[in-house]
Amino acid sequence: MQIVKTQVLIIGGGVTGAGLARDLALRGVNCVIAEKHDINAGASGANHGLLHSGARYVSSDMHSAEECRDEGRILKKMAPDCIEDTGGLFVAVAGDDERYIAEFPHLCTQSQIPVKELDIKEAREMEPALSSKIIAAFQVQDASIGPFKLSMENIHQARSLGCGLLRHSQVVGFQIEKKRISATKLKNLLTHEHFLVEADQVVNASGAWAKEIAALAGCQIDLLYSKGSLLVTHSRLTKRVINRLRPSSNADILVPGGTVSILGTTSIRIENLDAIFPTVKEIDAIVGEGAAMIPELEMTRYIRAYAGVRPLVGTATEEGGRSISRSFSLIDHETEGLNNFATITGGKLTTYRLMAEKTADLVCARLGVTRPCMTRTEPLPTAPATRWTQPGSAPKLWIEHNDPQDLLLCECEMVPKSVVNSLAQSIHDQNGKPDLIALGLRSRIGKGTCQGTFCAQRIAAYLYDIEELAGREGLENIRAFVSERWRGERPLLWDTSLIQSELKEALYCGLFGVELND
Amino acid sequence: MTDILNIDCELLVIGAGMTGMAASLFAGNRNIETVQVGITSEIIFASGLLDLMGVHPMEQETIWKDPWEGIQALCRDIPEHPYAKIPPEIIYEAFEELTRFLNASGLAYVRHEKRNALVLTPVGTVKPSYFIPRTMWNGVQALQAKEPCLIVDIEGLKGFSARQIVASLRSRWPHLSHATISFPSSANLGEVYLEPLARSLVIPQTREALADALRPHLKAVRFLGMPAVFGIQDSHKILSDIENRVGVPVFEIPTMPPSIPGLRIKEVFESNLPAKGVQRFFQKRVMDVKTEAKGFVVQIGDTSPETLIRTRGIVLASGRFLGKGLSADRKQIRESILNLPVHQPLKRSEWHCYEFLDPAGHPVNRAGLVTDDWFRPFDSSGKIAHKRLFAAGSILAHQDWMRQKCGSGLAVATAYAAVNAFRENN
Repeated sequence: MQIVKTQVLIIGGGVTGAGLARDLALRGVNCVIAEKHDINAGASGANHGLLHSGARYVSSDMHSAEECRDEGRILKKMAPDCIEDTGGLFVAVAGDDERYIAEFPHLCTQSQIPVKELDIKEAREMEPALSSKIIAAFQVQDASIGPFKLSMENIHQARSLGCGLLRHSQVVGFQIEKKRISATKLKNLLTHEHFLVEADQVVNASGAWAKEIAALAGCQIDLLYSKGSLLVTHSRLTKRVINRLRPSSNADILVPGGTVSILGTTSIRIENLDAIFPTVKEIDAIVGEGAAMIPELEMTRYIRAYAGVRPLVGTATEEGGRSISRSFSLIDHETEGLNNFATITGGKLTTYRLMAEKTADLVCARLGVTRPCMTRTEPLPTAPATRWTQPGSAPKLWIEHNDPQDLLLCECEMVPKSVVNSLAQSIHDQNGKPDLIALGLRSRIGKGTCQGTFCAQRIAAYLYDIEELAGREGLENIRAFVSERWRGERPLLWDTSLIQSELKEALYCGLFGVELND
Repeated sequence: MTDILNIDCELLVIGAGMTGMAASLFAGNRNIETVQVGITSEIIFASGLLDLMGVHPMEQETIWKDPWEGIQALCRDIPEHPYAKIPPEIIYEAFEELTRFLNASGLAYVRHEKRNALVLTPVGTVKPSYFIPRTMWNGVQALQAKEPCLIVDIEGLKGFSARQIVASLRSRWPHLSHATISFPSSANLGEVYLEPLARSLVIPQTREALADALRPHLKAVRFLGMPAVFGIQDSHKILSDIENRVGVPVFEIPTMPPSIPGLRIKEVFESNLPAKGVQRFFQKRVMDVKTEAKGFVVQIGDTSPETLIRTRGIVLASGRFLGKGLSADRKQIRESILNLPVHQPLKRSEWHCYEFLDPAGHPVNRAGLVTDDWFRPFDSSGKIAHKRLFAAGSILAHQDWMRQKCGSGLAVATAYAAVNAFRENN
């Protein structure tokens, strides 16, 4: 069996694992990330992309509010090219709790979170999409952040400093000797081969899967799963992040990101992680509620929905688990008899850097490494291959190049051949195989109005032409890609989206018959 | 209001997809004074293959070699299916009448009488279909005999890779090879679109230049396959001419939409229906329908009413969601023109399966209009809405043409049945 040796094994390729890898690498610690699927496959890739000002938590969780406030400031300085500093509004509509509204600015001030009350007219001039029924508006310093770009850039720098990345590698067990994990057993999900990682320290940064991973090491974590579903609109509706000024509830936020807006979210307690997809009921609830703030949400076209699972540490009494702290938990597992294992979970995108810092502090203390954390002051370098996830970046490059041979393979999001080539290269650099799903994860491919109707086959054909696909892989790629897109389309198939999906089915089933085993 | 044109007719066909075109043809052939209204943009999504019956039961992915046996099994298991309202010999007649017209108009179609033909697709699957464009027929033969065959793609044409087709099929068809050519007159232009290429092949010099580009690749092959591009009109003649120049049988492979074989069907109908006495208002929509003693008064127009049509009967062939015959909001599915009741799942959460490729098919695809045995849709009280209002094609309930591979058959057979039912009830 193949054995990989490293100082620190990080389980989970979400933003926490990515941030931890970079933090450790900057302190001169060698590490390897093992990820079951691909970068940001869990909640790191299924959230709003919101950089919290902290105002959301001032009434329920002041500690989280202050963490968000500080981390937001750091990230705006250290990772500006991952962030669009949109600013944010909190708005209340007629019928919302007046006491909550009245307390809000005072609570922000107490937490030293900048807030400015706006008059209604001013707010509606700033954001014309706002309902005429708003009764209060406050300006805060929310921003939008690209989670995928953020993770990729963290990993990119970590790798440039010697960190390893194992994709499609699932932890299947631990070998424990003398209060230590002596080796971690993994399975490559593509080749089905098993291999071992021998590390001095093992960090469980697997987000919602932290409980399952810890259990493999004989450790117990009280973790609740809260599913959140979100919706992507066809076009961007507001300049700023718009929050509903009321206690956390369904559809209380609309976050702009490039050319789209993201509306969410629900909070539904689930018992297991097998079926994480948005439902029709959730989508209808989100649209109905969101329309109270922004009436256009009732009529606008939605492109897709997605769902992620928030891991919440603790035991809950209330249905959605909204009242549990959104702060993170770092568990050292020493009371359970292991002294080279730690779990970092909970928390949120905004605080990922702090989570990484605290975890790296623990790991370094155990390793006897004394170099301090650098990520508070060391800017995150831009990684060239990460830009294709940002709406608008591929079209810009294509127009600049103006090369007639550089055909647009994904017309909705204007992704040309040259970008597919560049993505394929970056996937090879990560020891991966450029299939449609991996390309889609790293770009806007399939994320536009046609949801893969035209680009799935066009890109499959191109991948054959550049010899990235062989045999019957294309058919499997297409099946996997349209199936993956479907999970996000299914709950919002009415009006134009239903027409689009009928065309897609006419093509892939009616003509190509990809649903049949032939 | 004085500038509104008034027209009287016997039958109004609403819809300009395959069903509407076939209904107008059948009505024209029966000397019924016919007006057709509809948007023609949907028909170019047609692949050109005329499916009759391919898969049933869908859950078991049973693919029928003999479509007629398939129809028999389908009608036995799903008596609500539109095919179950039409005797097989009538379905046969309908197709005969349609293909006679297409053949006479220069668009030749071929079939095995009692067997589906197998056709290559760009993703490397093999699709069962019934009436096949003559320009694709050599491909059916080549595939059946697994003859040494070259697939050629065109530089700059997206979504069609000869390498993909060959790689996907090579395990079953070892003597397949691939090549890429620059299409004459479009070399180095970047992206190429099929329609201008197809039209350029009217010129003999372009055909010779194409043959020149192909010849170096033709060593030791018995057949040559290319994306469907051999002309819009007279495609069979253009194909024969290319075959003569390159010296091997040539065939077309269907492409992603917009497809040339779909465009051929559209052009054949558009140029030959007027001679059948069909008056057409394409790119116009129906704005209002009123029922009166003798029939219907229908307003059509673009943004405002332009024409008032008095008609004794209507064939509603307005299609499903893509054709805009049906529309859906978050709560329900409606019939767009007459607000007829639509058979549908109880709520939106039941419209679609959790998996896109679920072999059972999505329940929403079996939603549609429910009719009597003469294809007259029911109103909300469960009675026929009008004795001379008929519905045909994909708008009908209890069928899933995409999964059952029966789209053209459904269109043509129900159009035929509806027009004949109108004639008998007129």
